[in-house]
Amino acid sequence: MTAVAARNAAEISQRGRLRHVGIRQCTEGIIEWSLWGLTMLSVLTTVAIIAVLVWESTGFFTMAGHDDVTVWSFLTGTTWSPLLGAEPAFGILPLVTGTLLVTAIAGAFAIPVGLLTAVYLSEYASPSTRGWLKSALEILAGVPTVVYGFFALTFITPYLLQPLSESFGTYNAMGAGIAVGIMILPIVCSLSEDSLRAVPQSLRDGAYALGSTKFDVTAKVVVPAGLSGVIAAFLLALTRAIGETMIVALAAGGLAQLTANPSQQVQTMTAYMVQIFLGDAPANGIEYRSSYAVAMTLFALTFAMTWAGAIVLKRYREEYE
Amino acid sequence: MTTIGQEIPIATRRRKDKLMLAACLGATTLAVTVLSVLLLSIFVQGASSLSWSFLTSFASRKPAQAGILSPLMGSLWVCAICALVAIPVGIATAIYLEEYARRSRLRNFIQLNISNLSGVPSIVYGILALAAFGRCFGAISADDPLSLGDPDGFFYLQLPFGRSVLAGGLTLSLVILPIMIIAAQEALRAVPPSLRQAALALGSTRWQMVWKVTLPSAMPTMMTGAILSMSRAIGEAAPLLVVGGVLLLFSVPENLMSDFTVLPLQIYNWAGRPQAEFHKIAAAAIIVQLAVLLAFNAVAIIIRRKLQRPLQS
Amino acid sequence: MSHVLMDPATTIPQAQSGSTPTPAPAGTPPLAVEMRGLSAWYGTHQVLQSIDLDIAANRVCALIGPSGCGKSTLLRWLNRMNDTIAGARASGRLSLHGLDLLDRALDVVDLRRRVGMVFQKPNPFPKSIFDNVAFGPRLHRAYGRTDLEELVEQSLRASALWEEVKDRLKKSALSLSGGQQQRLCIARAIAVDPEVLLMDEPCSALDPRSTASIEELIRELRENYTIIIVTHNMPQASRVSDTTAFFDEGKLIESGDPDTLFTTPRERRTEDYVSGRFG
Ligand SMILES: Nc1ncnc2c1ncn2[C@@H]1O[C@H](COP(=O)(O)OP(=O)(O)O)[C@@H](O)[C@H]1O
Ligand SMILES: [Mg+2]
Repeated sequence: MTAVAARNAAEISQRGRLRHVGIRQCTEGIIEWSLWGLTMLSVLTTVAIIAVLVWESTGFFTMAGHDDVTVWSFLTGTTWSPLLGAEPAFGILPLVTGTLLVTAIAGAFAIPVGLLTAVYLSEYASPSTRGWLKSALEILAGVPTVVYGFFALTFITPYLLQPLSESFGTYNAMGAGIAVGIMILPIVCSLSEDSLRAVPQSLRDGAYALGSTKFDVTAKVVVPAGLSGVIAAFLLALTRAIGETMIVALAAGGLAQLTANPSQQVQTMTAYMVQIFLGDAPANGIEYRSSYAVAMTLFALTFAMTWAGAIVLKRYREEYE
Repeated sequence: MTTIGQEIPIATRRRKDKLMLAACLGATTLAVTVLSVLLLSIFVQGASSLSWSFLTSFASRKPAQAGILSPLMGSLWVCAICALVAIPVGIATAIYLEEYARRSRLRNFIQLNISNLSGVPSIVYGILALAAFGRCFGAISADDPLSLGDPDGFFYLQLPFGRSVLAGGLTLSLVILPIMIIAAQEALRAVPPSLRQAALALGSTRWQMVWKVTLPSAMPTMMTGAILSMSRAIGEAAPLLVVGGVLLLFSVPENLMSDFTVLPLQIYNWAGRPQAEFHKIAAAAIIVQLAVLLAFNAVAIIIRRKLQRPLQS
Repeated sequence: MSHVLMDPATTIPQAQSGSTPTPAPAGTPPLAVEMRGLSAWYGTHQVLQSIDLDIAANRVCALIGPSGCGKSTLLRWLNRMNDTIAGARASGRLSLHGLDLLDRALDVVDLRRRVGMVFQKPNPFPKSIFDNVAFGPRLHRAYGRTDLEELVEQSLRASALWEEVKDRLKKSALSLSGGQQQRLCIARAIAVDPEVLLMDEPCSALDPRSTASIEELIRELRENYTIIIVTHNMPQASRVSDTTAFFDEGKLIESGDPDTLFTTPRERRTEDYVSGRFG
């Protein structure tokens, strides 16, 4: 029976028209090259970003009539007043410290809260609780950043900060920093949780079997084992904080000043760029060009941090087997 | 032999245990509280300004009469363009990386490049887009553009794109491309290798295998990723601000070269004003924005539930 | 091979009531573990059914039986690892040197330092070899540096690993081979000075050579510890154990001296199992 059926199958199989092998190989080739071409778009994007930033920044540094603007004076200058006064000053440090101040406040809020929440989700919560909390975090992650800026302006500053101290103005680094912290909280939390949950149960069992409490298991086995992923999550979140624009444009203020006082207003690199691109600065003026040098600095900073994150993940990734 | 050493009292260890649980619970409660307060404060501020006319009127200098028709339509246009560009390119890139370029140095380099791109602040993409789409890198002067078609009709193109809705959509597609690629890659990686081997063993070419086996089984996850990328795009404001999204507009886009604004830009505009009345309508616009996002997420969840089940069993 | 055909209905209760069937010679070691009517569930699924078994101190007891018959569950009640599984519960009596192990109020952390466990797959922490062995002791006590070093050395010697790793104690434990990792896990368990060592198929992931070295280790460790080992390898059970207990479908079918159990089992099911006719 089977032998007959197999013979029949073989015969019927021959009835189909043979497809041309040459055509097939040709389409395969075309498809592969098209896919390659589309893939190269992302490489092209990076190249184009760097080219535009370098080109325009060079224009800024070599602008005629502004010989005092050099790369050195730009990177080390402590006054940033491009629009004020007769003699504009282009020292980026106030913008950098403004950015770092906001980022530090955001990190100080989001890193501990995010990590502890991640520990709760991965080590304590029941599956259903975890499901609910993760959906809540997903909502938080999807909220547009301009909404957090609005929240900082209309809730955090007037209802949380100003009752605490009268020194907080309408625009201040603290309110913006907390809002940025809320924005990056889901990133810290969900990426850390992924990393903690990837620690195999057998390691937890091994630790419990030696007489560990839950604290011992978590603090001495699970978190150290997942540390590379947790640190990469921190770096990614801080990178997002540094590049965040709308929150600081709304809530941090517009005065570039070198200060570590969170109740003061500060200007970040991104907020300055918004100010220039929204304003009426003439497109060939020095203020306009300066925004490209600021963008270049911002790009270099975030690029370095992303790179660091990739290295942490790659070099210190734990293989559990 | 282990009786040397000072015994650590069990009570101390238990206390640490309790402290950590308290800290974790506290942090989680804080996170949930923040989310609730955020949503609540916006709802309280904005609910009273929501109405049908709010959705169907143009902006106005009087907050009571202002509406969000322009930004709503603008968001729609920009997102549609962004989706049409970013989703196919993202999927193609993911296919190339996962199915064709497996384990080569080129692949490692591109992968690294993509993860770096995903860390680039969105406003920097705005700068690139301004130079590339807005000005064609200075190759074509904006005063003497190349045009194609009738400026008042639907089919109208102009180079450089300037401050048009097409420039806006392309800008957003740059922003979400790395996210889309990574999501599509994850979807492809989740397809069991045994399926691929089965297809190859039957004599299919690589593309036949991808088209008939890998892509269909990765599709639900990919679509979920695409929708989540789009929900990122719809909330972006900074890069559009750079390429020239308008803050106050009294029209809706008619063709790819029309001026545009989007919801987040409108929210930014109203939120940045000192008057409380404008904050109210900003909050109302936020509610609309969040509703759109929630709808996106709901669709993603439905796709995940509906399409993933038969493939998993 | 059919010299012990008996009616199962009459023999099962007999096997259960006489659960220490080896004729007790003078000077029998004291009992370490005592089970009376021990039943266990995961949710509504009953996994162990009224087990009666005694395990003598400083002896090796091997548990054998087909997969899913509840051997691991039994072990995990002995150090209450089942507390980490939602829905796991047990009834009956289970005691360790008179301590009630099913007591809700029992301090499981303290129990687990008295009852060490070695798992089926070696599970060293992603830390250095030294830190792996020192992990347990550091949990429970504060040691001086030299004491700790000495303790680690002695534990590694006890698990016959010292000579192989003494020059690379700071290296990651994950750089060891599978057999070495398993011996490291034994050293890690020994370092907290347990009374009982539970081993759940400790050799099933290892090659024959590493298996042989672990078996030898088990025979030597018997002097200091009560060892309860689950194994699928029947020659291994007969080589290392003083008592072997055969389980099937959650019931204890037969237990006793391994030589007797493997050559002249009293139960039909035991015979089928040890002669490879099922399981
Ligand atoms: N965590 C668990 N939840 C539910 N059922 C379990 C769990 N662990 C084991 N079981 C079930 O309990 C029975 C006994 O399992 P186990 O004790 O691991 O058997 P053995 O170690 O003898 O192979 C099996 O039917 C198994 O499916
Ligand atoms: Mg088992």
